[in-house]
Amino acid sequence: MLTDLTLAEARAGLRAGRFSSRELTLAFLGAIEALNPRLNAFITVTAERALAQADAADAALARGEHAALTGIPLAIKDLYCTAGVRTTAGSRILAPFVPSYESTVSANLLRDGAVFLGKANMDEFAMGSSNMTSAYGAVTNPWTRRGDNRALVPGGSSGGSAAAVAARLALGATATDTGGSIRQPASFCGIAGIKPTYGRCSRWGVVAFASSLDHPGPLARTVEDCAILLGSMAGFDPKDSTSADIAVPDFAAACARGVKGLRIGVPREYRSDGMAPEIEALWRQGLDWLRAEGAEIVDVSLPHTRYGLATYYIVAPAEASSNLARYDGVRFGARTEGHDLIELYENTRAEGFGSEVKRRVMIGTYVLSAGYYDAYYLRAQKVRALILKDFTDVFQQVDALLTPTAPTAAFAQGERMDDPITMYLNDVFTVPANLSGVPGLSVPAGLDAQGLPLGLQVLGRHFDEETVFAVGAAIERAAGFPALPSIRAGA
Amino acid sequence: MAYTIEGSSGAWEVVIGLEVHAQIISRSKLFSGAATAYGAPPNSQVSFVDAAFPGMLPVANGECIRQAVRTGLGLNAQINLVSRFDRKNYFYADLPAGYQISQYEHPIVGSGVIEIELADGSTRRIGVTRLHVEQDAGKSLHDQDPARTFVDLNRAGVALMEIVSEPDLRSPEEAGAYVRKLRSILRYLGTCDGNMEEGSLRADVNVSVRKHGEPFRTRCEVKNVNSIRFVMQAVEAEALRQIKVWEDGGTVQQETRLFDPSRGETRSMRSKEDAHDYRYFPDPDLLPLVLDEDWVAGLRAELPELPDAKRARFIAEYGLSPYDAAVLVAEQATALFYEAVARGRDAKQAANWVTGDFFAALNRLGRSIEDPPVSAAALGGLLDLIADNTINGKIAKEVFEAMLETGEPAAAIVDARGLRQVTDTGAIDAAVDAVLAANPDKVAEFRAGKDKLFGFFVGQVMKAMAGKGNPALVNDVLRGKLQ
Repeated sequence: MLTDLTLAEARAGLRAGRFSSRELTLAFLGAIEALNPRLNAFITVTAERALAQADAADAALARGEHAALTGIPLAIKDLYCTAGVRTTAGSRILAPFVPSYESTVSANLLRDGAVFLGKANMDEFAMGSSNMTSAYGAVTNPWTRRGDNRALVPGGSSGGSAAAVAARLALGATATDTGGSIRQPASFCGIAGIKPTYGRCSRWGVVAFASSLDHPGPLARTVEDCAILLGSMAGFDPKDSTSADIAVPDFAAACARGVKGLRIGVPREYRSDGMAPEIEALWRQGLDWLRAEGAEIVDVSLPHTRYGLATYYIVAPAEASSNLARYDGVRFGARTEGHDLIELYENTRAEGFGSEVKRRVMIGTYVLSAGYYDAYYLRAQKVRALILKDFTDVFQQVDALLTPTAPTAAFAQGERMDDPITMYLNDVFTVPANLSGVPGLSVPAGLDAQGLPLGLQVLGRHFDEETVFAVGAAIERAAGFPALPSIRAGA
Repeated sequence: MAYTIEGSSGAWEVVIGLEVHAQIISRSKLFSGAATAYGAPPNSQVSFVDAAFPGMLPVANGECIRQAVRTGLGLNAQINLVSRFDRKNYFYADLPAGYQISQYEHPIVGSGVIEIELADGSTRRIGVTRLHVEQDAGKSLHDQDPARTFVDLNRAGVALMEIVSEPDLRSPEEAGAYVRKLRSILRYLGTCDGNMEEGSLRADVNVSVRKHGEPFRTRCEVKNVNSIRFVMQAVEAEALRQIKVWEDGGTVQQETRLFDPSRGETRSMRSKEDAHDYRYFPDPDLLPLVLDEDWVAGLRAELPELPDAKRARFIAEYGLSPYDAAVLVAEQATALFYEAVARGRDAKQAANWVTGDFFAALNRLGRSIEDPPVSAAALGGLLDLIADNTINGKIAKEVFEAMLETGEPAAAIVDARGLRQVTDTGAIDAAVDAVLAANPDKVAEFRAGKDKLFGFFVGQVMKAMAGKGNPALVNDVLRGKLQ
């Protein structure tokens, strides 16, 4: 089945002429038609555009021209502005919003010949770890617990992207990661995903959640597929002042490097008392695999890790409260009229935003307020600097770190919804990489007792995604990970 | 004598600090590529960044930064090699992002100084606290429709410099002189056109009053005053209001006020309790602004000669009075014009002509120094004719008027109208003889000791010669013949 191919395999098949991009695209569009009603992974499907792009790709291939992604069907997280295609950010407030511009990252993918199948569902404004906050409905994880048909969450915020890739509704997807929104859904859905270094992928045209923490990046079924996608997505963008003018290396080549001689750190602070034994076991297993491949395992300390989550939940809402001020009903998006300007704002934002977004806007407004700024925002910035220093120090000793991606496997829809704090705890292993900007990859490594996928996280030095890919690919090879989700194309 | 206002309780001193907002001269906005033309159709100078569309990001415009640094250098101020952009958060319909990008804690320019000149010829040095760059907001138009407000975003995102003075000013005159001097420096630098009518320069005026020797009392801020005259009026009106409040036993409340020029009074806009909590924080979309020391030094080296230096040079080099020098350097174009006229000529005479007949002509004809009715070269040509005795000073004024009317060069007018002064002693002799012959009684009186009549004879001779007689020769000949 064409939908079972990895992105690398599909690319080889297209180049060899074994099938056309139109055939490949039709296979994925068919899978979406069949499964999206169950999964709700896509908010918008752009079948006609996809086929037009596929035909253009086939014409290019026929001329012997192939770029990195010519003819490869992808899902685009609905946080990326796509010219002429509605972009909602998972929010009601952007329901009528059709941008006339293309985000830099998605434009890079189009430049390299990619085919866009549609816009993937997500937590509203990327705020969430379950995809339950989307104004367009929850996304269902293609995986289910053994002997239990209850719908599980795919993780979030890139839940639609992850579910689409896991269920074989796309060869890969764009995603974003502000506190773990690529890595946690990758772990929950049994696929790979990388949050690259801050500055590696342009944020221009990606709807902002928290500017200093937002990282565009890819989700795909294999580490190599992620490397191929990141190679196209990355690159300096003068339109983003925080974009790094650093050459993009051959990430895919780095996947084959191996880990012989690498020093892999095990941060002791990631061992929490409440950690599920099977996650701890998998972590130990991952270290054993790397040791067996010739890596040296080193115990290290990231002493400020325990402040990461608290810091994150000050910095992220603070930036969000300001970034989301532009959704005021005046120039674009949804508007709910009022008798005066203040009422217009109140009505528009009350109707347009969901409760999680409102909660974070209020938290953010509070921590930036006069009299509270020093105690919250300023202190958080100081701790953030210490967390960054932890990583800088530890990467003097080791080449990469290995940790679990998330403290649990996927949970059921509706679980943990009563207490936002429990939900926030999902991000405990992932937020330090956002606060420090270091690259982090989640690779599927095993299953829990109920048959749900679990991921391991590889963290690396700034702009050293190559080592991260090398370590991730080694774990992927060792793990073998043959399991398949119960809901998938052709199943 | 220090300026004070006499109240029922005695003399009050006025304390003034100014925050001047100056629009930076730049083809595009502070963080977007949109154009900045004044008077363009509404919403025609707006990019997606200015309108704060989703996913849009600011990128600092290097030209605006360069202009701000040049201004800092022109104010003899400290240039901060590391500065930072902050967000100032508040909701308003003409503020698309819901925040203004400004510089709060770490401005690009630190303390500097401006020297002001006062009417009595004295000067004072006024401290500049800081200069920072920030975005302008758009414009809400409330008068286009009975029910709705329209928003024009052409100005949204335009680069402004906010230049904050120390509370060093002590009178309306000083406040006016400060704005005038700052405007002059900005125009010399070419960093702001200083056009207050178009809003490219506007001032927030902070005013308090106190008794001599007291610490500062509570101040009020009068917002958005848009002419130098109104700045001076607003200071006085607000000071008088505060004096009355204090003398009536009240307390001045810190608040923001507006000046109403038609009534000559200020009125409350919002009190301290209603003040916004702007929730300033560093803009995470922008990296700290780091300047290269050599680059700054390069800008310093390329600064034009500024008004203070030029005035000193005019006094030293051309022997001008401080007053004339100050008048001539206030506008760079005037100084350039003057120097073009004065170069190689009698500099003092050139100054008299430029500040006298030439300025009068500008006023009369409603012309500007940039579009003069007589060029500097042409005026110089006229002075040359005086210098080489082709015409005398009196005829020169007549020639100048003819130049204004016809646009012809002075020499052509002199030739065509036969205004060349007569230096032929034969002709002068004849004219003198005729005048003496016609006035025997006056000649007798003169010779009897009535010296004052000499002027009468000169006048008669010049009249007979249609004003063209060389005055020195006429004097010589008359004196010879009368003795």
